[in-house]
Amino acid sequence: MDVLTENFSLYGKGFLGTVELTVYASALALVLGFLMASFRVAPVGSFRVLGTVWVTVLRNTPLTLLFFAVLLGLPRFGLVLPFQLFAVLALGCYTSAFICEVLRSGINTVPKGQGEAARSLGMNFGQTLSTVVLPQAFRSVIPPVGSTLIALAKNSAIAGAFSVTELLGTYKTLNELGYSIIWSFIWIAVGYLIITLTISAVFNVMEKRWGVAR
Amino acid sequence: MTKTLTRKPSRASAPEATALYDIPGPVTRRRHLMYGIASTVLIVALFGWIVHLLFDTDQFTAQKWTPFEYKGIQELLLRGLGNTLKAFAYAAVLSLALGAVLAVGRLSEHRVLRWISTLLVEFFRAMPVLVMIFFIFVALKVQPLPALVAGLTLYNGSVLAEVFRTGINSVDRGQREAAYALGMRKTQVTTFVLAPQAVRAMLPTIISQLVVALKDTSLGYLITYEEFLHAGKLIASNLDYDLPFIPVVMVISPIYIGMCMLLSWFATWVAKRQRRNLKTRAVGVAPAEPGTLLPGGQ
Repeated sequence: MDVLTENFSLYGKGFLGTVELTVYASALALVLGFLMASFRVAPVGSFRVLGTVWVTVLRNTPLTLLFFAVLLGLPRFGLVLPFQLFAVLALGCYTSAFICEVLRSGINTVPKGQGEAARSLGMNFGQTLSTVVLPQAFRSVIPPVGSTLIALAKNSAIAGAFSVTELLGTYKTLNELGYSIIWSFIWIAVGYLIITLTISAVFNVMEKRWGVAR
Repeated sequence: MTKTLTRKPSRASAPEATALYDIPGPVTRRRHLMYGIASTVLIVALFGWIVHLLFDTDQFTAQKWTPFEYKGIQELLLRGLGNTLKAFAYAAVLSLALGAVLAVGRLSEHRVLRWISTLLVEFFRAMPVLVMIFFIFVALKVQPLPALVAGLTLYNGSVLAEVFRTGINSVDRGQREAAYALGMRKTQVTTFVLAPQAVRAMLPTIISQLVVALKDTSLGYLITYEEFLHAGKLIASNLDYDLPFIPVVMVISPIYIGMCMLLSWFATWVAKRQRRNLKTRAVGVAPAEPGTLLPGGQ
């Protein structure tokens, strides 16, 4: 119990680090995933190939390898950025592949007639996608996007092992300070539970408001 | 009668008509070809720029690639790969076993057993795998390999438990009723009637979950287990060869990604084969497509 009260600022810093990492990486993953999903359904062949390669490669890459390549490899390449930014990049790109697949399956749930109606009104591809199909697709993918983002929050723990300020990383300092290691881990676990439960609560509310009744 | 009239949608080189666009006509096809060429040029240019950057930062100098010529270093990499596969094999077998046990627990008629296994499944699915591995490694002071295997087993075992459970629940009710009518006991019904059909229907999802386990063996690198990535790191941080980080990444990633891809293709292949198989179709288990491949995806 004392571990938390005596090291509140340390835990707080780690907790905020995880939250920040999760928020930024989620934003990147959503943007990239949306981009790749629209590539994968585009009528132009090369876009589709690009989207497919992106998803296939990233889905089959171990996240640790990606972190290794980005955090330790890219600096050798001449690209030097703060570690936290690198971690956001790795996490965001990795998760974008899963977001893309979720969105794509959401697009497939929209009935064909919707698109046909939009086209008969004279809308082009961009207009059909953004004003007719995606809003409907979005409603049916709220739960799977939620669990993808929960997975992202959990995966952000790997960043801590690559010395990015983050919740799991706090165990090291606490260990050196000689605190009970089991209690330190219990509070770390509680921290992660708070984050994942918050995400799932937010998505539950969103689903109640906008989700498709089945 | 109507069956002969409905034709399958033709599979042209362009994708089938979606909600998004009509099947393109000649003018649009020409326009799309132009877009295609333009974007391909752009992508190739980007790729060329990256290769240029690689040359510019001396990533292709002989010195950085020499380590891969030495037998000792090749053996180091192979040993790492062997250790990765070893951890995967242990984790796969144990998590299948744990999954079976937890699934049986969740389906049990005894309330206490059901509660305990539900609690375990929910907790281990909610925790980051790495936190569990670190807890076992640091707090319980276990050796790297058992710690890694235990962490992976707890996590993937609880995910697999849910897979098994949904599989068993989705077997047609009539199967269970017929088995009870023959006078079988619950254990017999589960082991001889339900489980074989459930496993068969859920095989693609099970294999996809094993891909997650294979991917996650790389977490062993973080607790100093001497697996593939660890071997790569050893070579990469060698000053004698001018810190060949990029070459190591270029050698290691295709092997890692290739292994995972093979296993996921296997899952897709099994799924496709099942869709053609009458026996599994009769079971009528709905969505047994390969899962999300996502650590933590539910």
